[in-house]
Amino acid sequence: MRAIAEGLFTHEWPPRLIGGRERLTGRMVFPCPAGDGYEPVALTSEGTVWSWTVQRFRPKSPPYGGPDSFAPWIVAYVELAGQVIVEARLVHVDPDAVRIDMPVRLAPVPLDPAADDPVMIPAFEPLGDEV
Amino acid sequence: MSDVCIVGVGIHPFGRTDSLSGLDQGVFAVREALGDAGVDWKDIQFAYGSSDAAGNPDTMVERLGLTGVQFINVRNGCAAGGSALFSAQMAIKSGEFDLGLAVGFDKHPRGAFNALPAEYNLPDWYGEAGYMVTTQFFAAKIMRYMHMFGISREALGRVAEKAFRNGAHAPHAWRRVPVGIDEILNAPMVSDPYSKFMFCSPAEGGVALILASEKKAHALGKPLIRLKAATMRTRPPHSFEVFSPSIDVVADDRAPRGTATRIASADAFRAAGIGPADIHIAQLQDTEAGAEIMHMAENGFCADGEQERWLAEGQTEIGGRLPVNTDGGCLACGEPIGASGLRQVYENVVQLRGDGGGRQVPGNPKTAYSHVYGAPGVSAVTILER
Repeated sequence: MRAIAEGLFTHEWPPRLIGGRERLTGRMVFPCPAGDGYEPVALTSEGTVWSWTVQRFRPKSPPYGGPDSFAPWIVAYVELAGQVIVEARLVHVDPDAVRIDMPVRLAPVPLDPAADDPVMIPAFEPLGDEV
Repeated sequence: MSDVCIVGVGIHPFGRTDSLSGLDQGVFAVREALGDAGVDWKDIQFAYGSSDAAGNPDTMVERLGLTGVQFINVRNGCAAGGSALFSAQMAIKSGEFDLGLAVGFDKHPRGAFNALPAEYNLPDWYGEAGYMVTTQFFAAKIMRYMHMFGISREALGRVAEKAFRNGAHAPHAWRRVPVGIDEILNAPMVSDPYSKFMFCSPAEGGVALILASEKKAHALGKPLIRLKAATMRTRPPHSFEVFSPSIDVVADDRAPRGTATRIASADAFRAAGIGPADIHIAQLQDTEAGAEIMHMAENGFCADGEQERWLAEGQTEIGGRLPVNTDGGCLACGEPIGASGLRQVYENVVQLRGDGGGRQVPGNPKTAYSHVYGAPGVSAVTILER
């Protein structure tokens, strides 16, 4: 798997997201900032939807690096209990079925599914019946 | 310490003016404000100017006159105008000056703000993945707020409907045609739950305020509109802000999180020595319809969740208990960042003078509140008293 950036995912299968614990305060953030102030931490792969919306128009390029053809996608904040709330795509679910607090698990997706060697971005999918 | 008074106001209409630069619109507003105050440019002892995307404000001395005036530029995100006003009032409160200017103008390209990750200390992949879009943040914030406090999508529609209805009576507003609530609710969705009518647009415009010491205001013979408080504050820990790849987890996430707004608001009320119940008019940041709803509570005017009933009962209409965004706010006026906060104060001065025409708040209002909030978690509040 080729990630959109180094340091976002662990090199294992299935991969996990890498957060950063601030050494001074214990505060967890994502992604893990460079430098000695943060200790990389593999984040839990299951969480719940904290909030969400739908991106209905193609973001401007630059900086957006997705394909020219555009279909709306769901962007969610997913709470990883006791760790951090991360921003990621929410996939394999219709917007009408998304609920705050619904359980989800990490499921990275390609930024451009049609690309020959796509880069993968953080995404979550519903746990259970919705899939 | 003497009160600071606003003795002159001027505005260049908001919206799109292709023939004028942002600076031109600022100069237009300054000339109008000088005329309103009955003073000349050469009488102005100092100026603070704010612009985010339309150049350095101090260059306007070339148009207004090379008097050698002290002129300080302010760039402070969405709180730029409020920061200029805060600085201007401090210059008078200090006793150093007794007549000065706060001016703000801007001119943004059409469409959503186009931000780059590096400008916000974010990694490039964050923009490549499609997250440098302010509307996502606003939508995600209200989505959670609606879930937590039982706010309906109809309430969002009511806010937008009111904005366009009020804007129709404000000569400086951009969108001056009323839009029905069904059209608002059924319009194409931009970022759920917001349709296109529920977001304000980047725009253009200019606003100028002439400030004077109380003694100077008396000498000018102007009605005394006192600036009782002007505060600018930044965010507390754990707040949810635009362009956040992550948010802190907190022990009790069923209560609203702290915000820059809550801090700026509490400070302003403390400085003015009055409370939310004493305010007769409020201009609240309405980047989108839900922002006005959340800011009603964050500024202390109602409890979280009460907005649903307030809006259904029309309590924030021109004739209601607390008229909110009497000129249609950002939804009707658009948002030129450097000018937006000063427009709110302009509108409050117009209302306190009784010059609001078709949008005038009845009952001879005596207090007026303004509130700005924006990236990267900044807020500015003012309280005026007549």
